Amino acid sequence: MIRTEEMLLNVGPQHPSTHGVFRIVLKIDGETIIEAKPVIGYLHRGTEKLAEDLQYTQIIPYTDRMDYLAAMTNNYVICHAVETMMNLEIPERAEYLRVIVMELGRVASHLVWFGTYLLDIGAMSPFLYAFREREAIINMLNEISGARLTFNYMRVGGVKWDAPDGWIEKVRGFVPYMREQLAGYHDLVTGNEIFLNRVKGIGTYSAEEALNYSLSGANLRCTGVNWDLRKDEPYSIYNRFTFDVPVFSSGDAWARYQCRMAEIEESLKILEQAVEQIPSEGTVMAKVPKIIKPPAGEGFVRIESPRGEIGCYIASEGKKEPYRLKFRRPSFYNLQILPKLLVGENISNLITILGGIDIVLGEVDG
Amino acid sequence: MMNDLLHSQPGWYNAAVFFVMGAVLLLVVLGFVTYAILAERKVLGFIQLRPGPNRVGGKLGLLQTVADVFKLLIKEDTIPKLADKPLFILAPVLAFSPAFMVLAVMPFTEHVQFADLGVGLLYYVGISGISTIGILIGGWASNNKYSLLGGMRAAAQMISYEIPLVISVVGVILFAGSLNLTDIVEGQKNVAYIFLSPIGFFVFLIASIAELNRTPFDLPEAESELVAGYHVEYSGFRFAFFMLSEYVYLFAMASLTTVLFLGGWNPIPFLEFIPGAVWFALKFSIVVFFMIWIRGTLPRLRADQLMEFAWKVLLPLALLNIFLSAAVKELFLK
Repeated sequence: MIRTEEMLLNVGPQHPSTHGVFRIVLKIDGETIIEAKPVIGYLHRGTEKLAEDLQYTQIIPYTDRMDYLAAMTNNYVICHAVETMMNLEIPERAEYLRVIVMELGRVASHLVWFGTYLLDIGAMSPFLYAFREREAIINMLNEISGARLTFNYMRVGGVKWDAPDGWIEKVRGFVPYMREQLAGYHDLVTGNEIFLNRVKGIGTYSAEEALNYSLSGANLRCTGVNWDLRKDEPYSIYNRFTFDVPVFSSGDAWARYQCRMAEIEESLKILEQAVEQIPSEGTVMAKVPKIIKPPAGEGFVRIESPRGEIGCYIASEGKKEPYRLKFRRPSFYNLQILPKLLVGENISNLITILGGIDIVLGEVDG
Repeated sequence: MMNDLLHSQPGWYNAAVFFVMGAVLLLVVLGFVTYAILAERKVLGFIQLRPGPNRVGGKLGLLQTVADVFKLLIKEDTIPKLADKPLFILAPVLAFSPAFMVLAVMPFTEHVQFADLGVGLLYYVGISGISTIGILIGGWASNNKYSLLGGMRAAAQMISYEIPLVISVVGVILFAGSLNLTDIVEGQKNVAYIFLSPIGFFVFLIASIAELNRTPFDLPEAESELVAGYHVEYSGFRFAFFMLSEYVYLFAMASLTTVLFLGGWNPIPFLEFIPGAVWFALKFSIVVFFMIWIRGTLPRLRADQLMEFAWKVLLPLALLNIFLSAAVKELFLK
């Protein structure tokens, strides 16, 4: 009689596929996972606590460091929260610039996800293709904000800098280029039999479970729930654009993949319309007081980041620093379903499922 | 020449010749490995829009691998405290030596072959199976959970894929009527066996990629899952030995594919003036390029899918191939 034992396997915090310093303690029988316990906090920097001693403009760079793959949306959510509390009118051109950079960020973020996901599954080349396109985006964002990842571009009341000459044209040229490359990705990956076998039916959950676990973004839309804040609670100027919200119903890793790939296309549509509509003249900064003091009270806004619903809650006493600041960080919430999904799966599927959730550890740990 | 020596009286002269020839072959193989790694990096670089190695040894990075090997040589040799020391040291040797031993029966041209065994093919298959033990021991002796999983995967995978691999060449044996690799090449004077048993070739190619642990079957070392699999604890030159065995196997497997299915040194009609060695090298390079190309394109299979594929798809196909080959031989080659 062969006696077998369960084994405790520590995956991470230094592991190539945990997308940062994420650790998960597995109890495995052979390669089958019996129990999974995620351990987070290795990248905790106390953003929310730090914010209590900072002026609102000083908080913006900290938000860059949360979801560092789509820092523009993080920039926006805090500015948007303060602006909502102060009832500020944002200049037209600034709104358009914000939407353009946010959608560019969304495309870049999904490209990173696409590349690293395929890398997790074992295909090396798509990663480098995706990063070539991402590099083009990063360069554009660099030109407008002066930084490649931690942009610190938005301000309460507008944006820091107007677009340099010819920048809008660059974005316009990027859209057809990106569409062409996207078709190439589909040729290379989407129809690949091995890839389909790896993702179809893996990590499935129902719409009800998704809602109970408070999932958002593509992790929610893959179960058939049509919920995108850009459509359902339009903020900024999103109601001026026509675009679809891709929804798939199978709730597995394959649906999440399709969802994100389709979202890239929708973002390109928005970009296309935004560069047409943007006013060619105008200021990019509203008239705001030198020291920003939202009125006493509470404010909460939520927007659609590439990873899901990102929210910002501010409790203000009417001072120049917030009394309490809280971010609803979508990666953190999306990660919660992981232990449930992993039971009974094997280690290969662990990588597929974890990668499919699309977490950014800076955001999970805050 | 080698055959005469093999059958002559043993003596110092013979021993010296064998030793020198062995050393020459080893140097040729090492030279191949050096440039196969460079070629792989260059081809992958080309596929992935990168320049590849381009610093050491001029624009083409011709000395990059030499520098890498030198670096591995002078690295500190670490053995984990809780590792099973004798086995840990034995494993890389056990993985590497069969890879080199199988080359003995490989007929590179009509004249260059070291041992013209009557059962050359059987020898190849038998000896190459030993490497698995090396990998399994390496995975076990490291006393690391990841390498243990990698070692187990390697064992499961190689046992599964050895079977379709062997059965897929039965068709070739039927056509040639011999297990001798020279006879098999001679039998392809008129038509290469790839045309006579395409299914056999297809199964053989897939099974050989799996045997080589290359993408999409690189589960034993799956860097995104098991970090580096069975050789996660190995460093310095012990690690280099594992890498070396992998690439020597690539050399051996590409040679075997050329010999069994692509007609070895036989030329394409009307181009007979080109020497056999060139033909062999050409066909061999195509096989190697194909394997690198596959690596640049495909994602990795999952362990259970890999097994399923071997037993449910490749094995029946290989069995079907035996039947078809027999029919082809009976109907067309009489």
